[in-house]
Amino acid sequence: MTDNAAKSDSYALAGPEDFFDLLKPRVMSLVVFTAFVGMVAAPGGIHPLLGLVSILAIAVGAGASGALNMWWDADIDAVMSRTANRPIPAGKVRRGDAGAFGGFLSALSVVLLALSSNYLAAGLLAFTIFFYVVIYSMILKRATPQNIVIGGAAGAFPPVIGWAAVTGNAPLEAWILFAIIFLWTPPHFWALALYKQGDYERVGVPMMPNVKGDAATRQQILAYSIILFFAGLAPLATNIAGVIYGIAATGLGAGFLWFAYKVYQGTPEDHGPAKKLFGFSIFYLFGVFLALLIEKAVKYYV
Amino acid sequence: MSEEPEISGAEAIKKKKQRNLAIALSLAAFILVVFLVTILRLGGSVADRSF
Repeated sequence: MTDNAAKSDSYALAGPEDFFDLLKPRVMSLVVFTAFVGMVAAPGGIHPLLGLVSILAIAVGAGASGALNMWWDADIDAVMSRTANRPIPAGKVRRGDAGAFGGFLSALSVVLLALSSNYLAAGLLAFTIFFYVVIYSMILKRATPQNIVIGGAAGAFPPVIGWAAVTGNAPLEAWILFAIIFLWTPPHFWALALYKQGDYERVGVPMMPNVKGDAATRQQILAYSIILFFAGLAPLATNIAGVIYGIAATGLGAGFLWFAYKVYQGTPEDHGPAKKLFGFSIFYLFGVFLALLIEKAVKYYV
Repeated sequence: MSEEPEISGAEAIKKKKQRNLAIALSLAAFILVVFLVTILRLGGSVADRSF
């Protein structure tokens, strides 16, 4: 049996779960969570069901951009160990099918968000998808080691979209939440890149460690972590955060700095500190946004 | 070699049914969501508006 025949057989065996995997469910869950926090932190309220549909629309939009990213990057995903088992390189879903799936869901999610909330939120979602797929995946990713610095904006939009869905505007507080995710993204991904740089090297994606070297990456991780520490405290200057958030953000920020410092001190041979920082960075983002949620709940019920 | 296509054929039909069912359920959910959103956005005052 030729390879082509084997592949066409495997395409016929694609189940719904393979298409679901195109939506990057784990990224989607973080998007849902941060968008939800943006919604809750915003003043006023939205009908619970309209809020739920808006979250669904944002989730589908994020998933759609994930599918379009896999459509565009199928060639390099096949080579990298971290992504080799994604549906397209695994031979489960045709590349064109993934593209159509992502394009269709993109349009659907934007229309749905326009119906359930307002045009600003829908416009921001459309821009986020465009930014992630065209600006990040197509233009920046393979061209510059600043790829994820600028591309990180795409992942930072969800709380702003959630906020806009409730209020119809996007004030400074929403952009502070944007800034936290934006500044969090580089140390998060560079920690990963430090121990996966062989992968990126092989496919020619210019991640920071393989372009500027290991030492420069460690320095930049530490630098961003210091800025992130202060950005994490910025909500305290507004009325969306109080004592609970202050304690959480200080503790989590200090923890992030500690792990980043360990990476800074580390050696290229030892991947331990970078792996720990990568793990903690996810915990950090989750914790900081959870603190905002708790803060609002306490304000509401106490 | 000769038996394999038949097995994968049955499996392929099963998977196709699963995909079709998933699409049908998604469409039904989408219709329900648009219906509910429409009702909520129109609100109770839709009957009172003056043309």
